[in-house]
Amino acid sequence: MVQANPAVSTGSKRSWQSRLYAQRYLQAMAIPGVLFMLLFNYAPMYGIIIAFKQFKVTRTIAASPWVGLTHFQEFLGSEDFLNLLTNTLGMSVMYLTIAFPMAIVFAVLVNEIRSPRFKRAVQTVSYLPHFLSWAILGGILISFMGESGLINEVLVKLGVLKAPVIFLGEAHMFWWISVFSEMWKETGWSAIIYLAAIAGIDQELYEAATVDGVNRWGKIIHITIPSIQGTIVIMLILAISGMLNANFDQILILKNPLNALRSEVFDTYVYRMGIGTGRFSYATAAGLFKSIVSMVLLLLANRGSRALTGDSLF
Amino acid sequence: MVRDKSARGMAFPILNGLFLTLFCLSILYLMWYVVIISLNDGADSLRGGIYLWPREFTLRNYQSVLGDASLIRAFGVTVLRTLVGTVSSVFFTSMVAYAMSKRHLFGRKLYLLIGTGTMIFSGGLIPYFLLLRSLKLLDTFWVYIIPALFSFYNCIIFMSFFRTIPAALEESANIDGASDWRIFLTIIIPLSKPVLATIALFSGVGHWNDYFSGVVFVNNPDLVPIQTVLYRIVTSASMGKMAVAVPGVAAKMTSSIAIKFATMAVATLPIILVYPFLQKYFVKGVMIGAVKG
Repeated sequence: MVQANPAVSTGSKRSWQSRLYAQRYLQAMAIPGVLFMLLFNYAPMYGIIIAFKQFKVTRTIAASPWVGLTHFQEFLGSEDFLNLLTNTLGMSVMYLTIAFPMAIVFAVLVNEIRSPRFKRAVQTVSYLPHFLSWAILGGILISFMGESGLINEVLVKLGVLKAPVIFLGEAHMFWWISVFSEMWKETGWSAIIYLAAIAGIDQELYEAATVDGVNRWGKIIHITIPSIQGTIVIMLILAISGMLNANFDQILILKNPLNALRSEVFDTYVYRMGIGTGRFSYATAAGLFKSIVSMVLLLLANRGSRALTGDSLF
Repeated sequence: MVRDKSARGMAFPILNGLFLTLFCLSILYLMWYVVIISLNDGADSLRGGIYLWPREFTLRNYQSVLGDASLIRAFGVTVLRTLVGTVSSVFFTSMVAYAMSKRHLFGRKLYLLIGTGTMIFSGGLIPYFLLLRSLKLLDTFWVYIIPALFSFYNCIIFMSFFRTIPAALEESANIDGASDWRIFLTIIIPLSKPVLATIALFSGVGHWNDYFSGVVFVNNPDLVPIQTVLYRIVTSASMGKMAVAVPGVAAKMTSSIAIKFATMAVATLPIILVYPFLQKYFVKGVMIGAVKG
């Protein structure tokens, strides 16, 4: 499988066979990784063809009959489809417009802290939730927002609510709960990359601006943000390409029959249909549809940003 | 820098400090709340009104958790998969990355192309599930370890670190007749502690926190990690189903928030303990990964 490429010869007189032999240890170290990727990342791509077949666990993939686009037609024509699209895009757009800028704002705010000790403390604490599992945070959130949870207790005591509300039972609240809890968990962590970019800005720019009488806000708008624009664009392209992935780990925990109307997203649907009810082909078709739309989004975002800002991922 | 001493100029630092402090307090309070409820009598907690301190202090919740064989077993699975999974994946990924970081490696461009492809395309959950099934990995302990052995994202972080190691160090070993394998083991690994720590942290936290593989790929209750047990308890409770498919204390947890919080505290403690020691490493790791990836 390893194709030695004689074209890379750099003028050495030794034959490529002897040079390949000389790097036999390196090849023995690299090839297991390549084989791993072929098996665990590429072999499943072959499995995608079951989206066009009627696959059953009792049959092999090859032996399953072709059914063309039947599963796609059923999926796109189902009542679920519009709902999934609305929920997935709704939460993603909310996340992109609220949580994504929040990480940049957070980095700018942290950067404005003058005391190094306070700065370090804020960073240490704000990264922490990123390392907590959604199985745990979700459990805490469900308890907090439950009928006898802390939030209801406080709100009822303060007279804001007359009777306790089961927040996760209210479908119309689900998007907000999902987006804000995810933002709370990840803002500090997402800000690291911007903080690093800000740290690389030439301090003389700020000093010159101070001499010119530019205030703090002016410096942020005219120096900080333009200087980290490249980083922001890359992160934005990545965020847009991941839009349809929603937030599977989190939603799977917070989803329940009462809020399902607003919490079911592509990934949870694929999981429920495929693993839950055993409709492998149909679930694969739904997943493939999502992947294709994701890739189109990635290409569009990349092209759009190149046209608008000159920065792009590839 | 000339500092603005006017009232307007002072308002921003104060508001900023206040906002960031409140944000951090919300994180610390959430964790503290788990601690105080887990240390409070379960029946008493239901009456509410506990905000800052346990009202009826007890260690009984922790005794129940630590005395429950199925929970201890689940903790054992988590600890074992985290240790085995982290060590094997850090070793395997760094080994591959070392070879791939060598520019004279035949086929390097193809290898890197294959790697980049894994970051763009994916087969999706169902084909992946079917693959693990045909590899006979479902319902085994190895389903946690083997598919997590290698990640191209981590490979990139390793490669960019290895390229910063001065070539002279390796060349002198080469003259002494050491093979690439020996150089990797005796020179590269000892020089790479910061990046090894970073990837070990990412990988270790990933293993420790993963509940999904336990839900989807494993049925045998003896092989399920603690996070999966928590997932089952949390979701079955939120659906109003009181009967849980997990025996013993776990069944009581749906009604007793105190025992649930005690389990969560025990499951979170190791992360909190290693976190301060590794903090200095992971910021660097994120930066390399984001810039190159």
